[in-house]
Amino acid sequence: MLPSIWTLVGQAGTFLVFIWAVMKFVWPPLTQAMEERRQKIAEGLAHSEQAEQALDRAQAEADEVLREARRKAGEIIEQASTRSNQIVEEARQSAVAERDRQVAAAEAEIRLATNQAREALRERLAELAVAGAGRVIEKEIDAKAHRELLDKLAAQL
Amino acid sequence: MPTADAYVVHHITNLRLPKGADPMDPWVLHLDTMIVSWVLGLFLVGFLMLAARRATAGVPGGLQNFVEMLVDFVDNTVKESFHGPRDFVGPLALTIFGVVFLWNLMDLVPVDYVPYAVCKAGLADYFRIVPSADINAPFGLSVTVLALIIIYGIKGKGLGGFGAELFTHPFGANPLLWIPNLVLNLVELLAKTVSLAMRLFGNLYAAELIFVLIALLPWWIQFIPGGAWAIFHILVVPLQAFLFMTLTIVYLSLAYEKH
Repeated sequence: MLPSIWTLVGQAGTFLVFIWAVMKFVWPPLTQAMEERRQKIAEGLAHSEQAEQALDRAQAEADEVLREARRKAGEIIEQASTRSNQIVEEARQSAVAERDRQVAAAEAEIRLATNQAREALRERLAELAVAGAGRVIEKEIDAKAHRELLDKLAAQL
Repeated sequence: MPTADAYVVHHITNLRLPKGADPMDPWVLHLDTMIVSWVLGLFLVGFLMLAARRATAGVPGGLQNFVEMLVDFVDNTVKESFHGPRDFVGPLALTIFGVVFLWNLMDLVPVDYVPYAVCKAGLADYFRIVPSADINAPFGLSVTVLALIIIYGIKGKGLGGFGAELFTHPFGANPLLWIPNLVLNLVELLAKTVSLAMRLFGNLYAAELIFVLIALLPWWIQFIPGGAWAIFHILVVPLQAFLFMTLTIVYLSLAYEKH
C-alpha cells in the first residue's frame, strides 16, 4: 500500500471521464426509455380500466334492454289476453242481443197472429151471433141497419 | 518455490513507474492499477452504452432489462437521499457503483493467475489486479467526491452561504467561534474523504491478503477456506460498492441542502 500521487490523480481523472460518459450516453436514453415505458404502461392500464367500465356499462345497458323487452312482452301478452276476453265478451253480448232481438220478433209475430186469430174469431162470432139471432127471431136482420150494434157487440167479446 | 514472506510481498507490490523508484517516493504511477481500472471502466461504460443505445420504450431485451434494473435501483437510492436535480448525481452514483463493484470483483480472480501470466510473458515483475486494494484508487474516487461536495455546497447554498456555513456551523455565528467552526468543518470534510476511501480500501486489502494467505496452504485443502472466503466475498463486493455510492449521495445531499 505505497502512495502514488500519479495513480491518485489518474484515477480521479479516469473517474471523471467515466462519469461524463455515463451522464452523456447512458443515463439519459435509459431513463427516458423507462419513463416512456412507464407512461405507456400507465396508459395501457388506464385504457383497460376504461374498457372495463365500458363493458360494465354495455352489460348494464343490455340488462336494461332485456328487462324492458321482457316487460313489454308481458304487457303485450296481458293486452292480448284482455283483448281476447273483450272479444269473447263482445261476441257473447252481441249473441245475447241477437237472441233477445229474435225472441222479441218471434213474440211480436206470435202476438200479431194471436190478435189476427182473435179478430177473425170475433168477426166469425159476430156473424154467428147475427145468424143465430136471425134464426131465433126468424127475421132477416138488416145487417146494414144493425152494423153499429153488431160491431159494438163484437167488440165486447 | 519462494518463501511465504516473499510470496506475500510479491502479491501486494504494485507495478510502479518509473521502475526502481524509491518505495517511499509518492511521485510514481501504479501502472497495474491504472490499466486494470481503465479496462474495467471501459468495459462498464461500453456495456452500459450498448444497453443505452438499444434502449426502447417497448419490450426491453435481457441486457436492457438488466441495465434498467441497475439504473432504477441507483435512481431510487439517489431519490431517497438527494432532493435536487439528478442529471449529474444519478450518473455519478451509477458510475461509482459500477466501477467499485468491478474493482472489487477482481478480488475473486484467483490471486496467482494474472501475476503469473504477466511474469511468464516477461511483461512485468509485479501486477496487482484489484484496484480497490491499492489505496490510491479509492482515494482517487474520494478526492473527486470531496471536490463534488464543495461544488455542490456552493451550488446549493451559494458561495456566500457555503462560506458562511464553514464559519458559523455547527457552534454558532459568534466571531469567537469562527476559527473552531472552520477547523471542525475542515476536519469533517477530510474525515469524510478519508473514511470513504479507507472503508473500501481496508476491506478489500484485507480480503486480498487473506486470499494470498489461503494460497499459501497446501493445494488440496485450499478449496475449503478459499471457497468459504470467496462466497463470503460475494457479499462484500456489492456491499462495499453500495456503501461507497450511498455515502457519496448522502454527503452531496448534506452539502447541497440547507439545514
